Amino acid sequence: MSQDYPALLVIVPLLSAFIISAAGWVNKRLCFPLSVAALSVSAYSCIGLLLRVLNEGVVHYRLGGWPPPWGIAYYVDYLNGLVLCVVSVAALINLIATKKSIEQEFPEKTGPFYTLYVLFVTGMLGITVTGDAFNLYVLLEIGSITGYALLAMGDEDRAPLASLNYLYMGTIGACFYLLGVGYLYIVTGSLNMVDIAHILPGLYQSKAVTAAFIICMVGVWIKMAFFPLHAWLPNAYTFAPSAASSLIAPLMTKVMIYVMIRLILTVFTPAFAFTTLAVSHYIVWLACIAIVMGAILALAQHDLKKMLTYIIVAEVGYMVGGAWLGNRAGMTGAVLHIVNDALMTLCAFLVVCNIVYKVRGYAFADLKGLFAKMPFTMGAFVIGALSIIGVPPTCGFFSKWYLILGAIQAHHYDFMVALLFSSLINVVLFFRVFEIGFYEPFSDHEGHEHHSAVMAEAPLSMLIPLYIVTAGLILAGLYTGDIVNHIIRFVIPEGFI
Amino acid sequence: METITSIRPLLAVLVSLLITPLLVVSGRKPNVREAWTFVAAVAKFLIVLSMLPAVLHGTEIVYTVVQFMPGAAIKFRVDALGMLFALVSSSLWIITSAYSIGYMRGLKEHGQTRYFCYFAICLSATIGAAFSANLLTLYLFYEILSLATYPLVTHHQDMEARSSGRKYLLYVVGASIGLVLPAMLICYDLAGTLEFSRHGILAGTAASRPMLFALLLMFVFGFAKAAIMPMHSWLPAAMVAPTPVSALLHAVAVVKVGVFSIVRILTGVFGIQLLSFFHFGTAVCYVAAFTILVGSFIALSQDGLKRRLAFSTISQLSYIVLGVALLSPKGMIGGMLHIAMHAFGKITLFFCAGAIFVATGRKNISEMVGIGRRMPVTMAAFFIASLSIIGVPPCGGFISKWYLALGALQAHQIGFLIVLLFSSFLNACYFIPITYTAFFCRPEEAMFENKVQEAPLFCVVPLVITAIISVILLFYPQPFFRLASMMVENITGM
Repeated sequence: MSQDYPALLVIVPLLSAFIISAAGWVNKRLCFPLSVAALSVSAYSCIGLLLRVLNEGVVHYRLGGWPPPWGIAYYVDYLNGLVLCVVSVAALINLIATKKSIEQEFPEKTGPFYTLYVLFVTGMLGITVTGDAFNLYVLLEIGSITGYALLAMGDEDRAPLASLNYLYMGTIGACFYLLGVGYLYIVTGSLNMVDIAHILPGLYQSKAVTAAFIICMVGVWIKMAFFPLHAWLPNAYTFAPSAASSLIAPLMTKVMIYVMIRLILTVFTPAFAFTTLAVSHYIVWLACIAIVMGAILALAQHDLKKMLTYIIVAEVGYMVGGAWLGNRAGMTGAVLHIVNDALMTLCAFLVVCNIVYKVRGYAFADLKGLFAKMPFTMGAFVIGALSIIGVPPTCGFFSKWYLILGAIQAHHYDFMVALLFSSLINVVLFFRVFEIGFYEPFSDHEGHEHHSAVMAEAPLSMLIPLYIVTAGLILAGLYTGDIVNHIIRFVIPEGFI
Repeated sequence: METITSIRPLLAVLVSLLITPLLVVSGRKPNVREAWTFVAAVAKFLIVLSMLPAVLHGTEIVYTVVQFMPGAAIKFRVDALGMLFALVSSSLWIITSAYSIGYMRGLKEHGQTRYFCYFAICLSATIGAAFSANLLTLYLFYEILSLATYPLVTHHQDMEARSSGRKYLLYVVGASIGLVLPAMLICYDLAGTLEFSRHGILAGTAASRPMLFALLLMFVFGFAKAAIMPMHSWLPAAMVAPTPVSALLHAVAVVKVGVFSIVRILTGVFGIQLLSFFHFGTAVCYVAAFTILVGSFIALSQDGLKRRLAFSTISQLSYIVLGVALLSPKGMIGGMLHIAMHAFGKITLFFCAGAIFVATGRKNISEMVGIGRRMPVTMAAFFIASLSIIGVPPCGGFISKWYLALGALQAHQIGFLIVLLFSSFLNACYFIPITYTAFFCRPEEAMFENKVQEAPLFCVVPLVITAIISVILLFYPQPFFRLASMMVENITGM
């Protein structure tokens, strides 16, 4: 059974989606337990797989036993072993946390929602585990289309349009990626990533290969919302239902970052990406702009959810810049930030879920007096905010550590300044929210006669998963040394300075 | 240098953190809640005290919590300087907790549970900073302290608190993220480690003189809690906090963490040899001297009592930096000793300001004419404490100022000696008149009718205790003097 973990983690959710859909017709209340079961099996398989990789090294798995390059091969090394765990566990925690929120926001559509949820997770896991470039496209589309549908189920006036916008841009991005894979196929005759990596080195001077790389990159950048290709993200995530945004926001962009790193490190190899192509300097520069613009645009927002989406745009800039710095510290920072940012974003969006559940709104004006009304939710929010700002011992500090160290070692002081600028702006952004929750509504006198608000906290089923994630933020920070030394160190090839 | 491994540093840090849930749970029963605070404060003091004999023998106590990378870990090391600071802050917490009870209940303040909880967290962070073995741990506790003091500074939750809170964050957190964080990472890149070492870790590195100077300035101004001008404006603004907060945190814990960090940077990261080789010590002395003088001048012009005390603190903190930056053994002893002397003196002054506020509601010095007749104990304590800050016998402040002056002579820096003497004169100019008008004024000018009494007992007893300690410290400055001398021997002797 444990030999088949790579297949299980994709096939179980895929088949369960159909079962959930059918179950939804029979009895809506069956959908939740079935989804939890499916994602639990996935999460268990992912963790088991990571442990196998830690013990045995890289795992090659042939789907159906057919040999590559015609069969689909799954390839699991330290990088995607780690990302698989993060994706599956985050999806599972989110599923449990948002149960009440889903029941509140669309009681009659729970069946379709859970079906799409599980299918989306299938897509994300598939993208991460596959070793075949075209299979990646297939799973990417599965993930994207279900994503579009999930996001469109929100606010009736604005969500469908925002999702349509995302659909146009996302499809173009996926098509770019497909085009790039097509070029690679023409040049190498193979779709298997490892195979392509073996064949390519002799062909680095070929214009087709350069074109393939650039087109793949641009496609992936559109899907991860790298500034200025980010325009679809804020609206799509803001108007979406709370449960959908807390699923998609932590996962989609991080999985796309994984794809980018996979292309750089495994398929095209660093020798090509950094030496032959020689554009890394400019890409880091673009990342600086992404970080700064994300921060500035976040400052201009008047509601919590949109502010968080612009923070995601800035975080994507962190990871793209870190990966393209071209040194070990930068790449470590980028991979570590995939894990950390998924956790931080999940924490922040789960908080928004809780707030929307009780207050029915997410604008700043809705947040008044929230520290008194929802102290536990806001407590978790404070820790999530500290992680995004980068305060030790939360995990956000340590990925910033590696990124800044990488910037110093690569003499990319512009990237360092952008990171520090973004941290300072994050302080302003989050303390603005804290102020509204803490001070307002203002009391009449010097504050000595403070009417205490009645506590109206979210239910336990939403608080406990939130606190598990919050604890995860601090634990991931304290165990950074272990994560880096036992996992991420092996992700990066030896010769990388 | 012998080292032993023991979990006691971590326990000293954690004991108040762990008490916090108990405080929340007993929020409805104030006496139980306050009892827990005392339990935590006494426990912390005893754990710190238990490590004192070892430190006085020359042993250092280390404990590694978690190692991230070579040279970067969360690690504690209890040495003489850390012990000095930890003793001061943990002993004063006990006294401040007593004072807080009198103050908060006397004014019927809201949110008392939150207040005591965050106070406990702040003290955890202070002890953590005192026992930090490396720059990363110090930075960690420095940040936690900044964030944990925010709810205390903004306790009143009105418009003024909000804008003061913003100023506080802007200076303190802005400087630490914008200046200290990159400086710390550049140090790590240059030296490969962040552990504080006797000779300084930057000694053997390939950095150029301008680069090192830039780093030094980034650290000196980045640790904005040290209130070195121009990073000082947050301190007067933070006086909107309830007085016990101003007393312990802004006279003792928060600002001392700032100067403590700078002292660690000067001695443990740069090292005495490097600083004197490049004449960086003198540069820091100039910066400190500027703050000393300008702080005193501004204090002269302030009518609000707490604001005057705030500017006095700004000025006195730079004495500590000046002492260490003189790079002469006596100067360094004086600077480190001043951490303790100033703490006991200043906290008494703030306690008096708070007692006056509780008893009369007055905040301005011009409104306190003749108050000595009504609150003689309070004003007597105020007088004694101000003598300590000015630096004259019979108070402990005399010893630290004496050593600072000797240190300036030892370093052949007559200019800074003059700065020290002149600023002591200015201290007298802005302190003595307060006591004078409090006691000696014509009966018709006295502003209070007979009915004003001393503040509640819980307020008066603590300030009397700290005033008496200030006097005792002149005659028996141990263990602080011994700890300061040991630390200096440690740094210069090798």
